[in-house]
Amino acid sequence: MNTQIKLTIDNIKVSVDYGTTILNAAKSLNIKIPTLCYHPDLCIAGNCRVCVVEQEGSRNLIAACATPAAEGMVIHTNSLRVRTARKAMLELLLSEHNSECTTCYKNTDCELQSLSAEYKITKNQLIDLVPYHHYTIDNYSPSIIKDDSKCIRCQRCVRTCEELQSVSALSVAYRGEKMKISTFAEKPMFDVICTNCGQCVNRCPVGALVENNYLDDVWEAIYNPNKHVVVQTAPAVRIALGEDLGIDHGTIVTGKMVAALKKLGFDAVLDTDFSADLTIMEEGTELLTRLKKTLVDKDPSVKLPMMTSCSPGWIKFLEHQFPQLLPNLSTCKSPQQMFGALAKTYYPKKKGINPADIVSVSIMPCTAKKFEANRPEMRSSGYQDVDYVLTTRELAVMIKQAGLDFNILEEEKFDTIMGDSTGAAVIFGASGGVMEAALRTAYEIVTGREVPFENLNILPVRGMDGVKEVDVKIEGTLPEWSFLEGATLKTAIAHGLVNAKKVMQLVASGEAAYHFIEIMACPGGCLGGGGQPIPTNPEIRMKRNKAIYEEDSGMVLRKSHDNPEVAAVYKEYLGAPNSHLAHELLHTHYTDRKKTEK
Amino acid sequence: MIDITNRNLKKTDVIFGECGHKDSGKLPILETIIKKEADEIIDEIIESGLKGRGGAGFPTGLKWKFCSMNPVSEKYVVCNADEGEPGTFKDRDILLKVPEKVFAGMAICGHVIGAKEGYLYLRGEYLFMVPKLNAILTWFNAKIKDLGYDFAISIRRGSGAYVCGEETALIESMEGKRGESRNKPPYPVAEGFRNKPTVINNVETFVDVAMIQKYGVECFKKLGTQDSRGSKVFSISGDTLKPGVYELEMGMKLSDFVDEFGDGDTKAVQVGGASGFCVPRKHFAETIIGFEGIPTGGSMMLFNSSRSMYNVLLNYLEFFADESCGQCTPCRVGCQQLVKGIEAVKSGKKDADYLNVLLKLTDAMKTTSKCGLGQSVANPCSSIIGNFVEEMIY
Repeated sequence: MNTQIKLTIDNIKVSVDYGTTILNAAKSLNIKIPTLCYHPDLCIAGNCRVCVVEQEGSRNLIAACATPAAEGMVIHTNSLRVRTARKAMLELLLSEHNSECTTCYKNTDCELQSLSAEYKITKNQLIDLVPYHHYTIDNYSPSIIKDDSKCIRCQRCVRTCEELQSVSALSVAYRGEKMKISTFAEKPMFDVICTNCGQCVNRCPVGALVENNYLDDVWEAIYNPNKHVVVQTAPAVRIALGEDLGIDHGTIVTGKMVAALKKLGFDAVLDTDFSADLTIMEEGTELLTRLKKTLVDKDPSVKLPMMTSCSPGWIKFLEHQFPQLLPNLSTCKSPQQMFGALAKTYYPKKKGINPADIVSVSIMPCTAKKFEANRPEMRSSGYQDVDYVLTTRELAVMIKQAGLDFNILEEEKFDTIMGDSTGAAVIFGASGGVMEAALRTAYEIVTGREVPFENLNILPVRGMDGVKEVDVKIEGTLPEWSFLEGATLKTAIAHGLVNAKKVMQLVASGEAAYHFIEIMACPGGCLGGGGQPIPTNPEIRMKRNKAIYEEDSGMVLRKSHDNPEVAAVYKEYLGAPNSHLAHELLHTHYTDRKKTEK
Repeated sequence: MIDITNRNLKKTDVIFGECGHKDSGKLPILETIIKKEADEIIDEIIESGLKGRGGAGFPTGLKWKFCSMNPVSEKYVVCNADEGEPGTFKDRDILLKVPEKVFAGMAICGHVIGAKEGYLYLRGEYLFMVPKLNAILTWFNAKIKDLGYDFAISIRRGSGAYVCGEETALIESMEGKRGESRNKPPYPVAEGFRNKPTVINNVETFVDVAMIQKYGVECFKKLGTQDSRGSKVFSISGDTLKPGVYELEMGMKLSDFVDEFGDGDTKAVQVGGASGFCVPRKHFAETIIGFEGIPTGGSMMLFNSSRSMYNVLLNYLEFFADESCGQCTPCRVGCQQLVKGIEAVKSGKKDADYLNVLLKLTDAMKTTSKCGLGQSVANPCSSIIGNFVEEMIY
């Protein structure tokens, strides 16, 4: 139905599309109705009741987020009844909420706190219910801390985990006064199928789900004169960091970020982009090798499609839900971990530093990276390759703590070595980016020519569609790759684990004949990562996406194999892509985590 | 059964009267109904003035009309036999004594709205009935098939949650999900079970429909009052010498009821179960039991002067605090606040004025809660606190 619905909101007549909620109809009039359980990425819950409005002729108030506009409705969003009820909702929520605001990690960054300030809830007469509940804090996970005493039961996390990620590690348990958000058998998040993606953290309106922060550890390392602290920054951090520091969405702040990191006292400010380019060399070579082994050598032990392995949330998802497909995962470590392995081998060797004195820190748009850094496999250097992982948000906190005025910082450049970057590495931050970067390099290896797309922009792999399928025809191969002549490389790209699951079901059932699949656990790719500034929504992710491709197109070097430092690391240290040493340092293996049928 | 002596009360036999039985091999009235046009049946039910017997009292004919007008072809009939309201046990009796009539009402509904499947959502604790009901359903389903009518009824068992008596939570439960009420609109007549148009009615409502079809609209309209047509099955409990299930004409005066069922010392009657209203003695004479006065799904609980109304209210509130599904703020937190609040006043931790804070809270719960559970907690709270304020404090 395309009919228009006419209604009146706060004495203003408005016409909206059929199906528009009162909340959105009001938004179109710039009338702000407060919400808590509502989130633009999620289905409507209508359970916090903070958005109630008055409908003339209706006995009860109605939830603006959950009620579609109807013809002739007369709505009041700010009547005395509404105001009183809204205040009552906030008082109720506060009475159940552990309001230790000044010592809360989300202090000043909490939607309940802001609303409570807005409505000046200063005389809450209700009884504090917190002491009557037996609340637990789950801080076993290196990625996420879950504090039930702060939870307002809005179920954003539950919906995120189910709708966006198809993981359902979090769900509602018990009912009534005992109702809580819990995990399977109330086990710690660390012990269930949680992928650590942090999308729940990104959507939690209060301090019930937060990242496990390592701020103090990193400060301590920085101030330790005996330690050489290197920091790497992921591609998606530079296009979002500004949001937490008062800069518009989708602004590229690479130079300021580098400057800030140097001011914070890191001994070397380096770039995960370097190891993203390295990943392309390793992964591209692995793909071509797999193609050769399956197509020419008919080696049954080699599996296609090959799937990317950059996203640690995705890795854990596969380990839990499709362990039979683990042989399809590229053995390449993620850029973070490739960097980490080199930061305590190649880097100290070149710099003449004792690897034991190096503290390796990474700034990631991701909470799963914290888990990844702690995996037992990630100690190829003989030490923990990456010591501390901070989210984009944590970096913003450090910058604020240091009293830096981010806006007026003079832009600076990354240090060397391991600070060089190409456009191919930058786009790792967006869904389709790894695919595009890999194609830019692999196609050239095979044909000796650039990918046949204008300005190297492989537009079909970009964008926000949940699953993208792109076929690339290979023509004019070099002699050693003649077995690929005329072949069509079938690829798929998915972001958000709910989409990953769709693709994996096709792969597992044998219905899809892809050669190469890129998966990113988070909506939009890393730019929408669980460690990115809050809030997130489709509009914000689009702006970040645009920024990433702007950064790419503005770079001189846009192909991973053109990165001079990557060439140098092979020449001076690793030998060639997929060499023995490369395998030792840059590749890994995976764990079947499925707990049934064993 | 015990006789009724009060001349103003009229015992009726609409619901429990014999009418078709498995043992006799005869279906209740369906042979003739099947031949009637859907619209004709709907008009008759609207004309009869029948309102839903679960307590909310939505006009049954209108509900069926909305659903029948829906062009979607897949539709469902659901009989709400969750019977979770404290003090209500009349559906149990109906299902034990005249299940054929319930199923006949469901089949009529299926015919009217164009549904092929009906479900009896049975209270989890009524497990003992399942073998007998299934045996009757096997016979019933075969019998209506013989009539050339494509409709079959099966049983879905509840799991003990009070909120699943709320129709949308019931649907969630039937779909295998957590019992939580949905946002409305859409109402079940538009998007119900499996998101298809669904009519959900109380056990007794279906029997009434079947009986209206059997005896005619006029016969039904003769019973009751302008706003409350027909008879009603009451579950009578508490301080009474004759507890049990009684079928009485609608629209009686509470004073007549107490005269008949009270023990001579009745202080208050809780009409409509824990979520209903408490009527003190001084209001017995002016209170009509029906949609023009205080409606009830059937529960009538009598309390004599030995009872503490504080304990009664605390018991109800603890029940709600436990049975709230917990999804919406006013119901989940509000119920806890009410429990803790009246305890605090009683123990002197809060002064008597705090009762006003609680009454305001119940107001907010009434207007903001997502479903009937949270909305109706205000009923017992305001009526018991309002009428027995001394008992709350001292």
